[in-house]
Amino acid sequence: MATLSLSSVKKQFGQTQVLHGIDLEVQDGEMIVVVGASGCGKSTLLRIVAGLETPSSGTVRIDGRDVTKLEPADRDIAMVFQNYALYPHMSVFENMAFGLTLRKFPKEEIKRRVDNAARILDITSLLERKPKALSGGQRQRVAMGRAIVRDPKVFLFDEPLSNLDAKLRVQMRAEIRRLQKRLGVTSLFVTHDQVEAMTLGDRLVVMHQGRAAQVASPMDVWGTPADTYVAGFIGSPAMNFLKAELAAGGRAARLQAGPTLPFADGPRPGADTDPLTIGIRPEHVEHAPHAPDALPLAIELIEPLGSETVIHGRLPGGEVLVARLPLAASAIGAVLPVLLPAAAWHIFAAGGARLASSNPSPG
Amino acid sequence: MLMRDTAAEDLRLARITERRQARSRWVAHAILALGVLIFAFPIWITVVGSTHDVNTIGRGEVPLWFGSEAIANYVSAWTTGGSSVRTTGAVPAWLMLWNSVNMAVLIAVGKIAISLLSAYAVVFFSFPGRMVCFWLIFITLMLPVEVRIIPTFEVMVNLGLINSMSGLVVPLVASATATLLFRQFFLTIPDEYVEAAKIDGAGPLRFFKDVVLPLSVTNIAALFVILFIYGWNQYLWPLLIISDKDLETVVVGMTKMIGTSDAQNEWNVIMATAVLAMVPPVLVVIFMQRWFVKGLTETEK
Repeated sequence: MATLSLSSVKKQFGQTQVLHGIDLEVQDGEMIVVVGASGCGKSTLLRIVAGLETPSSGTVRIDGRDVTKLEPADRDIAMVFQNYALYPHMSVFENMAFGLTLRKFPKEEIKRRVDNAARILDITSLLERKPKALSGGQRQRVAMGRAIVRDPKVFLFDEPLSNLDAKLRVQMRAEIRRLQKRLGVTSLFVTHDQVEAMTLGDRLVVMHQGRAAQVASPMDVWGTPADTYVAGFIGSPAMNFLKAELAAGGRAARLQAGPTLPFADGPRPGADTDPLTIGIRPEHVEHAPHAPDALPLAIELIEPLGSETVIHGRLPGGEVLVARLPLAASAIGAVLPVLLPAAAWHIFAAGGARLASSNPSPG
Repeated sequence: MLMRDTAAEDLRLARITERRQARSRWVAHAILALGVLIFAFPIWITVVGSTHDVNTIGRGEVPLWFGSEAIANYVSAWTTGGSSVRTTGAVPAWLMLWNSVNMAVLIAVGKIAISLLSAYAVVFFSFPGRMVCFWLIFITLMLPVEVRIIPTFEVMVNLGLINSMSGLVVPLVASATATLLFRQFFLTIPDEYVEAAKIDGAGPLRFFKDVVLPLSVTNIAALFVILFIYGWNQYLWPLLIISDKDLETVVVGMTKMIGTSDAQNEWNVIMATAVLAMVPPVLVVIFMQRWFVKGLTETEK
């Protein structure tokens, strides 16, 4: 239906620079999830696309048309708000029809569209009710319905699931995903929840302090995070970061915890003793009772999840390591031999940026 | 054994609590009843007094039960204002009531309309000098009608509005209190409604008419009651600006019916007029109260 393109969008509030130049190309029918901690500028970005804020500089294009200076109503977008923003004095039908009425659609057309959207969302029986007589999930659907009836070029979602309880959130998440695929509407979805981001998005924009730290598919963000921020933000429990330095002419890392271990995928540029950060996800830490080169992990906390157990412990150098292991039992205070397989490492330079192998196709 | 003792003790404690609650209920009701008596007694005297002939009260009696002249007194008050005895000539109650209703409704509606619009401007628009406007409105709270009554009178004279309904109503219409109340209410309307309306394509007037106004119905009803009674009770300003008998309001007209010492006052007719003067505010309260209580219980968020 439409593409959305942002080029060097910046926003300043007084002295505070909230967005430092965002570039983004959204393909037709794509679901982009903007994810980041609170205060990273993700909501501001969405509001700029919606036209509720004007960027300090940069342009917003929808389907090639420059809409930077247009009113929200003239941009052909629809937005689902965090608190749904359903007009309390109007029935569900009137809420959904309001935008169409203002655009002077004929009555029959309005009724047809609202009925159609209500059928898609399974809220036909609620059309005569007032919003206060609806549950959270139903309000959520009505808010979606209000967006759908407009048949817009772009859907904007501003943390629409954050007011729902955990179970409903998972359910609505799947529903939004299905609906978005079915309607094929280009969408921008803002959330602070990384699970939501991973499951919903065709691509993610991980925002950090007003910049897009990484724009990639969920699996790419998870598999090759661009920097330590993205690496720590995506994934649960969060990735472990271990201090190390470059050794053996760039072919290995000397961990602060003791051993020097070779890289699995080729050498890194730089001189020996350059500081590094080695990232390893808790699920990649291995329990190795018989390996001679295993590291002793002193267990401090055990969180059983049922199928797996999350173990928080300390390595000999005093660094904290979290491991997610298929162990049934272990005891606090015990020492667990673990391996940190180099194939699962994420290697970051001192500044936090990912340090790629200087030899991209190792053996 | 021990169990039984505790149970008996509990029962005794429960009885004591019950008795204490009953006693405090009685005290509360007695105080309330006393309050009702103090408030209701003058009204009772008036209602009863309006049903006796002119001589009963003229003799200095204060009857506590109804007389037989009710119909005659009310007819006299309603149609002539009891002018048969007084040489000054009285205004019939129907005309005074009509003038008062007109004035009170115009003041209430005018105040609500103006303060709704000014509060809307102050809350939802950012224009240069917005806070200056707000504070200017706010400051007028400190200047009641009485303080500015001479300049206001002069302005009305110069505009030729003496002895007219406009002259009576217009100076009383601007209302800082109502503006302030609406402003506080508008501030509680979530920004998301404003933004949703923007995306839906509603302009400022449309948003006002379709969202803000329906949400304010409860507040408008409550304010209407307060402002109607405020308007109804106006005394000083109508007394100054109106000398034409055809525009006499009931609150002022009633006091004019009470003559100086040498003339005999038709207390029965005056009391009948007073009772009639109470009816419209009471009706407004009863009617609007039902409406805004309904609005309050159906609180929507």
